[in-house]
Amino acid sequence: MQIESAEEMPLRTSDDVVRVRQAVRARAIAAGFSLVDQTKIVTAASEIGRNTVDYGGGGTLRLELLRDGQRRGVRLTFVDQGPGIADMTMALKDGYSTGTGLGLGLSGAKRLCNEFDIKSAPGQGTTVMLARWK
Amino acid sequence: MSGTSNVILSLIDRHYQRLLTEWLACLKRDAGIGGAQREAEAAELAKRFLEELRQCAAVAQSDDIHASEWAPLRDLLDDLSRTRVNQGFSAGETTIFVFSLKEPLFELLRREMGKNADDLAREIWCTSRLVDTLGLYTVESYSRTREEVITRQQQELLELSTPVVELWDGVLALPLIGTLDSARTQIVMESLLERIVTSGAEIAIIDITGVPTVDTLVAQHLIKTISAARLMGADCILSGIRPQIAQTIVHLGLELNVVSKATMADALALALRRSGKAVVDRAKSAAPAPPAE
Amino acid sequence: MAEIPILKIGDCLLVSIQVDMHDRLALALQDDLTERIVADRARGVMIDISALEIVDSFIGRMLNNIAAMSRVLDAVTVVVGMRPAVAITLVELGLGLTGVRTALNVDKGLALIRRIIDSEDPDADRVG
Repeated sequence: MQIESAEEMPLRTSDDVVRVRQAVRARAIAAGFSLVDQTKIVTAASEIGRNTVDYGGGGTLRLELLRDGQRRGVRLTFVDQGPGIADMTMALKDGYSTGTGLGLGLSGAKRLCNEFDIKSAPGQGTTVMLARWK
Repeated sequence: MSGTSNVILSLIDRHYQRLLTEWLACLKRDAGIGGAQREAEAAELAKRFLEELRQCAAVAQSDDIHASEWAPLRDLLDDLSRTRVNQGFSAGETTIFVFSLKEPLFELLRREMGKNADDLAREIWCTSRLVDTLGLYTVESYSRTREEVITRQQQELLELSTPVVELWDGVLALPLIGTLDSARTQIVMESLLERIVTSGAEIAIIDITGVPTVDTLVAQHLIKTISAARLMGADCILSGIRPQIAQTIVHLGLELNVVSKATMADALALALRRSGKAVVDRAKSAAPAPPAE
Repeated sequence: MAEIPILKIGDCLLVSIQVDMHDRLALALQDDLTERIVADRARGVMIDISALEIVDSFIGRMLNNIAAMSRVLDAVTVVVGMRPAVAITLVELGLGLTGVRTALNVDKGLALIRRIIDSEDPDADRVG
């Protein structure tokens, strides 16, 4: 598997989330995703991106275009040095939220992607990896 | 300029006519090009090829035909492949055009260097390798074009076999026919939703009379599509569920959560009622005296 | 900061979301709408999302909030113009737009609002 291209973007303000959505859309188009698949990954990016800004105290996104033989994919890695998630099982359940939200951020984003991974611990920040393949 | 390109350049410059004539003779013999028109086409193509080969060889830094100096020649081969695919030729028939250049080239090399076995052997090897890479490039180009054609045809077939029909003002029907696989179902469902937007129809009848079996994946797609249509502001009616499919659905424990009718006719009647329309029997209502109510 | 214009059509308010929304704009919109519903004695609120390529849980929350506030103020909320790709993604996301009715376009949205107001039955044609 190769990484065809990569870029890093800051995620500190809600304007950054808007920019992230546009950048992810562009990558998804470059990877040849259908409109529905584009929408899914951009929506997932928006969910996690907002988490990074709202709960993670800001962070970065690493945006990669992947190639595995004939298949192309988009991988997103969100990193923040925020408070971290105390109870992972609860966080991944539908409807969980410490804020005033629908609380679907993590579990919803997971459903929209082919690959999902999350590492987090209290005081150690959070890293979320999302990937979608054509 | 590289060694081999130099040699080829020199051969083409000094023996152009002979090279062309003998190459065309080989093509005629091996590729069976018959008929005046085909011969004229082949001659034209061969001339262009030699011309490009000559120009590329003149500026080439190496024998790597994927380098940018060789682009015009690659473009010519791409054109050739595309034309041949559309004309229905096989990959072999297409590539023989390139490979049959070897014979006249080797003949000329033998004439020039016949006395010196080492030089001859080396040049024949390098020339052979160059022509081989050009031939391989042609095969790959051919394959790529073939795949594009097949993909396009598949798409067209898909569109033809799943039309969305406007049964009435504001009522769409999607008659599904044949076995549904996951990919096809997704495409079909997406086009139904698109059609709902463009037509402004608030009711869509999904008819599965022509579907022999429904598995979990397909059923899930159906359910998701119906939910998506509702979210958008339209509603679906399912029709034509066969007894076997009804059993499968129950066995799989699926909650369809949608109104379903046995036949499309019943579904249409319901759709019309919901749209506030009524079908009136003209004969009865054209009676001379108004009916006593 | 750009504001989202709120139009009045009879006794309905129409909001067309054209831009990529961020928090401040969304909060401002909710505030503006609430004020206008009272000021104009609106019975219906229509939110046109036909320009939105994405609806995530943040926007979903905003729509639900607007519907809840309108209901308290005796107005009906209808969301119109949802794109197919957005609808499919929302279904996949499992996002429920509770208390939000939907219609295909502005015309049908207005007709729906009329039907609901006229029948005085707040539970008619409910989604979710």
